[in-house]
Amino acid sequence: MSVYGTGFFEMGGDAAFVWPAYGVAALMLIAFAVLSWRRLRAAERALQRIAEADPAMSDDS
Amino acid sequence: MATGFNLHRFANPGRFLRLAGAVVPWLAGGSAVLFAVGLYFALVGSPPDYQQGDTVRIMYIHVPSAWLAMMGYGLLGLSGASALIWRHPLADVAAEAIAPVGAGFTFVALVTGSLWGKPTWGTYWVWDARLTSFLVLFFLYVGHIALTHAFDDRQRGRRSAAIIAIVGVVNLPIIKYSVDWWNTLHQSESILRMEGPSIDVSMLRPLFIMGLAFTLYFFAVVMTRMKAMLLEARHRSTALAR
Repeated sequence: MSVYGTGFFEMGGDAAFVWPAYGVAALMLIAFAVLSWRRLRAAERALQRIAEADPAMSDDS
Repeated sequence: MATGFNLHRFANPGRFLRLAGAVVPWLAGGSAVLFAVGLYFALVGSPPDYQQGDTVRIMYIHVPSAWLAMMGYGLLGLSGASALIWRHPLADVAAEAIAPVGAGFTFVALVTGSLWGKPTWGTYWVWDARLTSFLVLFFLYVGHIALTHAFDDRQRGRRSAAIIAIVGVVNLPIIKYSVDWWNTLHQSESILRMEGPSIDVSMLRPLFIMGLAFTLYFFAVVMTRMKAMLLEARHRSTALAR
């Protein structure tokens, strides 16, 4: 809490700077985490499909 | 190997995939816990600055972003050297995985710095040495990404990108010492100083917790991206062989 007597979301009158800064950082962190995870899942599924279609072609080594 | 540790130990993509599978959940989980604790101390459990008020809370994301942006570029340069000199088979994959994440952290450091500058300096931007060299870092990352994908021959693109990664490393000491070498609005070093940190422990605590959270996040995302790329490559070669 601020010592200036305002609420948490007012950030002592600097909400217009503090929250957009945290927002940009959160957006970047969440976007990269989600996109990377989805890319990995897509790659795993693509390999899985090949393995199911032709077990002899899959190589897990 | 000439070097002290065996660089090729994880050269086998299969071994790296197993390592990433075991390590990434711990990195991601640890990062999530540290973010929760760090955000509490950054937004609630630390005092406002006696001069800057609550805008000082921007430091807890701005400084870790800048650390990771620079560490990421250091690793990009190392990957470039490993690819060109030692031909480490994972180096190109690592570089391709690191560059967009590093660019993201550089972007966040620039934007949060700008949002911190307005209430404290009275301006969003100034063309001084620290800010300009950091903008150059962003362009180096963008250049690396563009070069990686610029050629039909992927290997040629990766080689060109490795060169820009190595050459760009010279910008890192310029960023670090820019606040000492030139007059700037940007404050000078307050953490890694010979005399010890110049900021209070109530502010150092959230800074280091967030720094660690950002670092674990960085490696979790980079290793996940490397894993995805290796599986994509395996898929391509398997599909071609069919």
